[in-house]
Amino acid sequence: MPSETPVIEIRGLRKSYGDHEAVRGIDISVNAGECFAFLGPNGAGKTTTVEVLEGFHEKSGGEVSVLGHDPWGAPSSWRERIGIVLQESAPEPGLSVRECLHLYAGYYTHPRDVEETIALVDLADQSDQRSATLSGGQRRRLDVALALIGDGELLFLDEPTTGFDPTARRGAWDVIEGLKALGKTIFLTTHYMDEAERLADRVAVIAGGVIVAEGSPQSLGGRQDADAQITFALPPGANESDLPGAFAGRLSPVGRKLLLPSSAVAADLHELSGWALDRGFELHDLEVKRPTLEDVYVQLTAEAAADEHENGVTS
Amino acid sequence: MFFLIPFLTRQFKKWRGIDVQKTDTQVADASKAKATVGRSNSLMLLFHEARYDLLISMRNTRARFFTFVFPILLLVVFDSVFAGGDTKTAVAGHQVALTVFFVPGIMAMSVMTAAYAGQVIQIVTLRQSGVLKRRRASPVPPWVIVGGQALAAVATTFMMQIVLLVLGSLLYSVSFSAGAIATIAITVFIGTIALVCISFALAGLINNADAAQPVVQLTMLPLYFISGIFVPGVKGTVHTIAEIFPLEHIADEMHRASVSTSFGNAINAGDLLVLAAWIAGAIAFSAWKFSWLPTRS
Repeated sequence: MPSETPVIEIRGLRKSYGDHEAVRGIDISVNAGECFAFLGPNGAGKTTTVEVLEGFHEKSGGEVSVLGHDPWGAPSSWRERIGIVLQESAPEPGLSVRECLHLYAGYYTHPRDVEETIALVDLADQSDQRSATLSGGQRRRLDVALALIGDGELLFLDEPTTGFDPTARRGAWDVIEGLKALGKTIFLTTHYMDEAERLADRVAVIAGGVIVAEGSPQSLGGRQDADAQITFALPPGANESDLPGAFAGRLSPVGRKLLLPSSAVAADLHELSGWALDRGFELHDLEVKRPTLEDVYVQLTAEAAADEHENGVTS
Repeated sequence: MFFLIPFLTRQFKKWRGIDVQKTDTQVADASKAKATVGRSNSLMLLFHEARYDLLISMRNTRARFFTFVFPILLLVVFDSVFAGGDTKTAVAGHQVALTVFFVPGIMAMSVMTAAYAGQVIQIVTLRQSGVLKRRRASPVPPWVIVGGQALAAVATTFMMQIVLLVLGSLLYSVSFSAGAIATIAITVFIGTIALVCISFALAGLINNADAAQPVVQLTMLPLYFISGIFVPGVKGTVHTIAEIFPLEHIADEMHRASVSTSFGNAINAGDLLVLAAWIAGAIAFSAWKFSWLPTRS
């Protein structure tokens, strides 16, 4: 279980480049052992925030503490404790997988075992292969291995599965879940909502340089309290006016199907199936859905973009 | 120059990751304890980095060609063209045949191709592909990354000097005294470090890997002609211009070494001082302009 010690603590973080304020006062707190997903469209301030946390940029304002240090100008002992999978980084040219890991292992005082780390990311069969000849998925696993070799307690994974095929993505998820099991704190950025949903304990959405929502993947944007959506096709021979009276005025057509927003799913389904059984109908295409994380995300970021447009903020 | 010192100290501390404001005694004690262990470790870390940097450049086909094949090819071509002719040229007060003249010149040129051309392209490529950023995400100090690169280049340029010395002696009967060889070693060591530092400084001004190649060629080719490598006896304004740049001084030392019988005659403090000044200037410029992150153009 995640404990309550904050590993990352951000208060009112601001970061400007010239006149452009990329991050406009955000608060984030990530506890030890937690997997935190940071979501947001391109240009929303996501990468800037991550690079401030990784110590690559100096903040313009606010408070930032990562493992008890301001990352900008933190001592190299601080870097011993973190691991970073960058969004884009080519493998070390000319080196094999094993040589890459030996090179990076040499950078740390207490590195993990090279062979064990190679096995952890499932590259044992490729360990003598030149890293430049690896497939996209294998390169990304090598990136993860290089981030793990220092055995840091905090890992930044910046879009770790972008460009993966579905099988490779599931493989990467297994690796990340393994890291969670090892007790690592994970700061994940991703464009894939299913990834955030599967891996994250908590998510925050940044848009236009501000956090527009934060919570568990299940509760984000009030998702768990939102109405469920029941959809079904009207059985052949049935008439819409013949449907149960409780549905009156609540139905709307969606393509060939009917949509019934419902806050009492059990009662509405009972009503519907009772009606179908009485008349000997089969209910084809019956589905019950709640808004997905992606639905909520798209809505939140669209709202933020609209606000930004209204306020005349340019980015 | 002096107004730069506080700025450079600050940059250096930032670079090294030293937190200037830290007053906590515990932290101070911890870092002191670490520093005692750290010193020998830093040197080992430097050799570790250099070893892999050398491996990386040796496995690069383009680097292998430009570093090893190209200078040998040029030496053979030049000396074949001028073979048999009785044209002599003056080198540090001695009259030598052109075939002899080209040997120390091509040795200086091989330092330039390995420690400048190869380095600029490699540094820009490593930075733009995110490799340098990933290395900097680890605890490795920036001076180790620069130093590793420089040391690997020193190993390469030394290897190349040996190859060219052997070729020069076997094919063109150019012999060097022990003192001359010591001069070559010192010059190549300092010259290589100067050129690697310049490469980092220049890489700070180049935004993408495609631009690195033309920038390198445009800066390097004219120097070959005006620094007494391809053309003997450069004089006047052109010579004065050449003297601003490091290559002329590396070439001058090599030429002196080729005709001197003692270390004292071969070595020239003036040449080495110019190279040292370039090292200082390039480090200052890199601290100001060089970025480890890919530049977005």
